[in-house]
Amino acid sequence: MVALSQERLVSSTDAPVRRFSPPTFDRIFRFASLASALLVLIVLLGIIGSMIYGGWPAFSEFGLSFITSSVWNVNEDQYGAWVAIVGTLTTALIALVIGVPLSLGIAIFLTQLCPPWLKRPVATTIELLAAVPSIIYGMWGLFVFAPLFAKYVQIPVSNIVEGMPIIGTILYARTPSGVGILTAGIILAIMIIPFIASIARDILDQIPSVLRESAYGIGCTTWEVVRNVLVPQAGVSIIGAIMLGLGRALGETMAVTFVVGNANRLSGSLFDPGSTIASRIANEFNEAIGLQLNALMALGCILFLVTFTVLVLARLLVSRVKVG
Amino acid sequence: MDTALQHRSVTEPTAAPAPWGRVRRSRHLADRALKIICTLFTILGAFVLGWILLMLLIEGIGGLSPAVFTETTPGPGSQGGGIANAIVGSLILTFLGIVVATPVGVLAGTYLAEYGKTSKLAEVIRFVNDILLAAPSILIGLFVYMLMVQPMGGYSGWAGGVALAIIAVPVIVRTTEDMLRLVPGSLREAGAALGAPMSTVIIKISWKAARAGMVTGVLLATARIAGETAPLLFTALNNNFWFNPNLMGGVANLPVMIYQFALSPYENWRELAWAGALIITMSILALSVVARLLLRKDKVR
Repeated sequence: MVALSQERLVSSTDAPVRRFSPPTFDRIFRFASLASALLVLIVLLGIIGSMIYGGWPAFSEFGLSFITSSVWNVNEDQYGAWVAIVGTLTTALIALVIGVPLSLGIAIFLTQLCPPWLKRPVATTIELLAAVPSIIYGMWGLFVFAPLFAKYVQIPVSNIVEGMPIIGTILYARTPSGVGILTAGIILAIMIIPFIASIARDILDQIPSVLRESAYGIGCTTWEVVRNVLVPQAGVSIIGAIMLGLGRALGETMAVTFVVGNANRLSGSLFDPGSTIASRIANEFNEAIGLQLNALMALGCILFLVTFTVLVLARLLVSRVKVG
Repeated sequence: MDTALQHRSVTEPTAAPAPWGRVRRSRHLADRALKIICTLFTILGAFVLGWILLMLLIEGIGGLSPAVFTETTPGPGSQGGGIANAIVGSLILTFLGIVVATPVGVLAGTYLAEYGKTSKLAEVIRFVNDILLAAPSILIGLFVYMLMVQPMGGYSGWAGGVALAIIAVPVIVRTTEDMLRLVPGSLREAGAALGAPMSTVIIKISWKAARAGMVTGVLLATARIAGETAPLLFTALNNNFWFNPNLMGGVANLPVMIYQFALSPYENWRELAWAGALIITMSILALSVVARLLLRKDKVR
């Protein structure tokens, strides 16, 4: 690397004298590379800019109440984002609560417990499943999972908890159709499992095996190695991996649109249909005109800000450990 | 631990060793619990994901027929028909996206690995690229809607291609940079020592050495954009006919077709949606497998 940078330094001072052909191509190539790299930057700025530009009329019309109001009335041109924001956060939270233990379990299984011959097939399967389009998960959720979920979970649970305080509200399905906030959260969990598991596996693989071996050498059990060696070593970057999964869960559109129910009402029950920011944009955008379009753009702006924050945090957490 | 061991040897001096050996029972239990839970989680994950694929195969093969590949999508409530226009439309859109994204992505990755390296600008671009890599694709659809659909006055295949390209670029940038960084510096120095300018060193040496990895990146990006639905909803949309050769107006494509048909009340449409879902998933999985095989063959990694 040092030699290379010296080479560049030398060639930049006395290169023109020695070259046979004029260095135009070299310069063009360098410029094209720089321009392409800058294009990546410009695209991100463009996304932010277009969201703010498109959403501005809605923000200025409703002010802060755009975020806090739960009215979404197309006929009266009254828009508020609260239901969609709550739906987005709730589904993503459910996805994390279910998905994180499962994916960490899979990562630990793959790196610590799995017999070597099984390692490659399981790891490959998980990585391939991350490539399955989200719309497939949505179809599975709507046509296979939701009917079973309604029949074997929603109806029995609703019957049991009916009339109970608090739980009777949270877990009571007025119309047990299978779709709803909880279903969306479960589908999201399934979608982020391959994602978090493969990153967590990479992180655990990077831990020097001498640390693990010395812990086993003094008689630690697998649990103690995981608890006292792996977690302290990889903890921060695993949180980063979880944040990456959260970023994905927040912005996931198609699968959620299939199973969330797309209702604009704030319900105390996890079994009731709701909507997320992304599902509302996907549902209404093509028919939207005027202020509704601006309101949807403003929703996109909020979604962008939330995911952007989460992704920046994730990136900072993951990279900090790589350096250290 | 010592006391526990002594205690046991006092109480049962001649008994056979406990199944947990010389380990204190609670430690043994915690260990067993971890192992069983992790294995169960893996089995559960594999079961659910296998279930999804199995459902896809069963429902999809039921919907497959020769007509699926030759006829256009049928109108609401009618019988027969296929998804030929959606398949061709998807191929065109994906091709457009990759053709736009490959040069940009490769050059940007080259800048990061060869020119920028640890400079402030390269760090910022690397950071931004990672953000874009994970940004919700629906926002990219909204962006392209503002950028192209509104000014051009209508949905078009071009807008769809650009939206897909924006999703593909970060993937290609990332893999290109990673692969170029694996090329040993001595190779470049050897080229530079022969008097080759920087661009020649990069094209003739670095790119050549990292070729397989870069192709993998492009294949993975193709797999990624082939199944993207959300950004196409607002850009290419969909229609039930053969699209205009100039790609203006709605362009039929598999993902949006699946979305619209799967949520429709017509049995015929749903079957076609399943067939389309099977075709698209199998193509994407095949692409990913090929990409992985390429990478494994390549000794750079």
